[in-house]
Amino acid sequence: MDLNLLWFVLLGILLAGYAILDGFDLGVGILHPFTKTDQERRILMNSIGPLWDGNEVWLVTFGGAMFAAFPEVYATVFSGFYTPFMLLLFALIFRAVSMEFRSKRQNPAWRQTWDWAFFGGSTLATFLFGVAVGNALQGMPIGADKEFTGTTLDLVRPYPVLVGLFAVATFAMHGSLYLSLKTEGELHKRIHGWNWRTFGFFLVLFLFTTVFTLVQVPLATRNFDQHPWVWLVVVLNILAVSNIPRAIYRARPLHAFISSCAAIAALTFLFGVALFPDLVHSSLSPDWSLNVYNGASSQKTLAIMRNIAFLGMPFVLAYTCVILWVFRGKVKIGHFSY
Amino acid sequence: MELDVLILSRLQFALTIMFHYLFPPLTIGLGGLMVSLEAMYLRTRNPHYEQAAKFWTRIFAVNFAMGVSTGIVMEFQFGTNWATYSRFVGDVFGSALAAEGIFAFFLESGFLAVVVFGWDKVSPRVHFFATCMVALGAIFSSVWIVVANSWQQTPAGFHLVGEGTNVRAEITDFWAMVFNPSSVDRLLHTLIGCYILAAFFVMSISAYYLLRGKHLEFAKRSFSQALIMGSVMSLAALIQGDVQARNLKKTQPAKLAAMEAHFETGTGGTPLYAFGIPDEEKRSVRFGLAIPGMLSFLIHGNTQEPVMGLDRFPRDDWPPVNLTFQSFHLMVGLGFFFIAITLAAWFYLWRGKLFETRWLLWIFVVSIPLPYAANQLGWATAEFGRQPWVVYGMLRTSDGLSKSVTAGQTLASIIMFGIIYALLFAVFLYVLNDKIQHGPEPVTPPEKTKGQDLADVAGQRAGTGGYSLTMPGESPHNPGPTPSK
Ligand code: HDD
Ligand code: HEM
Ligand code: HEM
Repeated sequence: MDLNLLWFVLLGILLAGYAILDGFDLGVGILHPFTKTDQERRILMNSIGPLWDGNEVWLVTFGGAMFAAFPEVYATVFSGFYTPFMLLLFALIFRAVSMEFRSKRQNPAWRQTWDWAFFGGSTLATFLFGVAVGNALQGMPIGADKEFTGTTLDLVRPYPVLVGLFAVATFAMHGSLYLSLKTEGELHKRIHGWNWRTFGFFLVLFLFTTVFTLVQVPLATRNFDQHPWVWLVVVLNILAVSNIPRAIYRARPLHAFISSCAAIAALTFLFGVALFPDLVHSSLSPDWSLNVYNGASSQKTLAIMRNIAFLGMPFVLAYTCVILWVFRGKVKIGHFSY
Repeated sequence: MELDVLILSRLQFALTIMFHYLFPPLTIGLGGLMVSLEAMYLRTRNPHYEQAAKFWTRIFAVNFAMGVSTGIVMEFQFGTNWATYSRFVGDVFGSALAAEGIFAFFLESGFLAVVVFGWDKVSPRVHFFATCMVALGAIFSSVWIVVANSWQQTPAGFHLVGEGTNVRAEITDFWAMVFNPSSVDRLLHTLIGCYILAAFFVMSISAYYLLRGKHLEFAKRSFSQALIMGSVMSLAALIQGDVQARNLKKTQPAKLAAMEAHFETGTGGTPLYAFGIPDEEKRSVRFGLAIPGMLSFLIHGNTQEPVMGLDRFPRDDWPPVNLTFQSFHLMVGLGFFFIAITLAAWFYLWRGKLFETRWLLWIFVVSIPLPYAANQLGWATAEFGRQPWVVYGMLRTSDGLSKSVTAGQTLASIIMFGIIYALLFAVFLYVLNDKIQHGPEPVTPPEKTKGQDLADVAGQRAGTGGYSLTMPGESPHNPGPTPSK
């Protein structure tokens, strides 16, 4: 297989892994304010406690892999997205430490502050991911020298904002399905209600985004004509999405959660298809888009990196599964609550 | 305008990396200590070892959370602020960073969950294995990142392709890139620095308990173990540092000259300044104490042969002499200080009076910032001494910037990081202090808590105040640390 293509696929896998795994813990953060009591908030945080750090490593590795495989893209996109990116880092830092610090004091004001940091960080980070995806699809002002030529305001357009909202809805749904797996009793019942509502939001935004993409982002569909088999993924995506309400209705949270994982994977895949062979479209001229060839590092590096990935990824997958298994099961309110 | 972005970007980089580097050394060093404590526990089943392992794990976790959240910033900062540099080095530097993610971070963060939350969920053996993996992951991450940094200092195993603004380095020989002329030196020295730091950290807390008359058994045990590590590693830093400085003669002579404020090559033996204030304009050292022929002796092994001075380099290629000189001298001074106080501790230990010698214990308590300073100063030496190159001899720092980023954006992000980091640091100290004041859990006889469910463990945590990496699931009869007042 062409190494450039392989790396495009591997980056897609890392991105999908990130979206699925960190997706649910970001989603839990987005839903956090809808809890009623301090104890419920603790259960929510407990449910992702041991996992979020490992989940975030998918993003870190995605960044490292992009730096190595497509340095031009890494350089252009991150310097072009400078301000949104700094906001993203800000959001991620706050989110990480709010979990750590919240429990350290009883004082309600202290806890409330960190609760908001947790919610705000999770929501902002998710939204910004969506905005980045939207911009990559719609195109950014990239000049002949591969440099970003616009300003931050060029990145805030209707389509990226819509994709940002769609990301928030998707992760909120994903998180609520995850919580169904992790909770019991009263809270579980309420979360069942959240499942429906978040699914509703998701569905509305899903339809909007799809229509908007088809109408406004012609580049996104060009590969469909050449590679009709891609329609299969579209069909799978629709099946996965429609299985979610079915599973919620039948009270099968695991099925619902797996379906939403599959839907996120399919969406990431479609995002890749829509981009390919570019990594970001240039809105100034199609010739200036950064694609898997003009943005890549040397064949030698791609080959070395392939070996590193093939050596490392099986381990990564193995212990991701082990950790998820060790920490399976419901989070209960302890007998010692006060 | 150009200049502003340059200075601001450098400031931002220095701020964020120096803040990040407050945490990893402790992670790396304590990781080793936790492995040895758990190994001892497995062999002897003495609950005191378990108690100590649990206590240090809790400290480890707070520190780790900080390292992770500041590390994410580092991972992306090359792209945001140093885009041209990223294009230039992507081939080489990117591979090392990606390898770090795949080999090190996944290992660390995955098994950390088991180490922190798994005391009651997995058997002691599995737990020990998880601890080993976390410690190993921490070492791996230092390997890859130090390899990447060393390549910037002494590039090897690559060739340049393209021209003008499109030049980039491409790997020709992966292993030559990994084992570039300075990576082994730098890696060893960095790890030594980490172990010194962890040893002093442990000794500081233990000495505090001893002075307060608390947790005596625990404190003596920890202090003695850390003393072994601290003294061996302090000596190792001196020996290894000397080797490293000598290699600079070949790899980065301008850095060496700046470290020693050696302006004129001259003819006879080169003196060594024990201290002083270098003056770049006058090319001399004010208020200095020079030891004749000493630098020649250290570098060449004889007092006659001159060492290459800064006069052999164009003025534009000089690193900032004063900063490099002072950072280096302070680090070395601290190194000697560590050797001195660990030797003093051995002396009193040998006389059987160490744990009653309050003044010495106090020195250990208050010395805790010093190994942090030594680590930071060491990096400052290495990085200032590399200037004005970001990739030594290949790419100037001023050419490595992002073209599309403005001074205003950079300034805004510096302010943002400044505020967040100050806040985080305050809370970090607060939480750390809380852990230290709380001390280790009392030793409990080994009990039969078989295959307990996560639910219960998490429930206890919920009971004591919510999720926290820093509150490992204690046994159900012992609901973990009490929340602070
Ligand atoms: C506790 C930490 C610590 C201590 C006590 C020392 N060092 Fe160090 N030093 C470091 C921690 C460190 C470091 C942070 O780890 C550096 C930065 C880059 C590196 O390789 O290690 C460093 C860099 C560094 C360099 C520059 C490396 C380069 O750019 O190639 C030299 C020559 C020395 N050290 C030499 C010494 C000597 C002669 C010491 C005598 C006692 C000493 N160090 C103590
Ligand atoms: C091993 C990982 C490291 C890498 C890859 C790295 C790389 C870099 C880069 C790219 C710059 C910016 C360009 C420049 O100004 O030269 C820089 C500057 C700097 N770094 Fe490092 N660095 C590393 C570790 C550290 C550590 C651990 C510290 C301190 C604790 C440190 C201290 C500094 C300082 C003070 C500067 C600013 C120097 C100046 O601008 O004059 N570095 N480094
Ligand atoms: C410029 C260079 C650096 C970059 C890009 C970088 C990147 C990162 C990232 C992304 C993390 C978080 C990993 C996670 O999510 O688990 C991290 C943590 C860590 N880094 Fe760095 N880092 C740099 C410098 C260093 C240096 C110089 C060292 C040590 C020699 C180091 C050692 C570690 C370790 C041990 C961790 C584990 C968590 C901790 O305790 O801090 N890093 N780093």
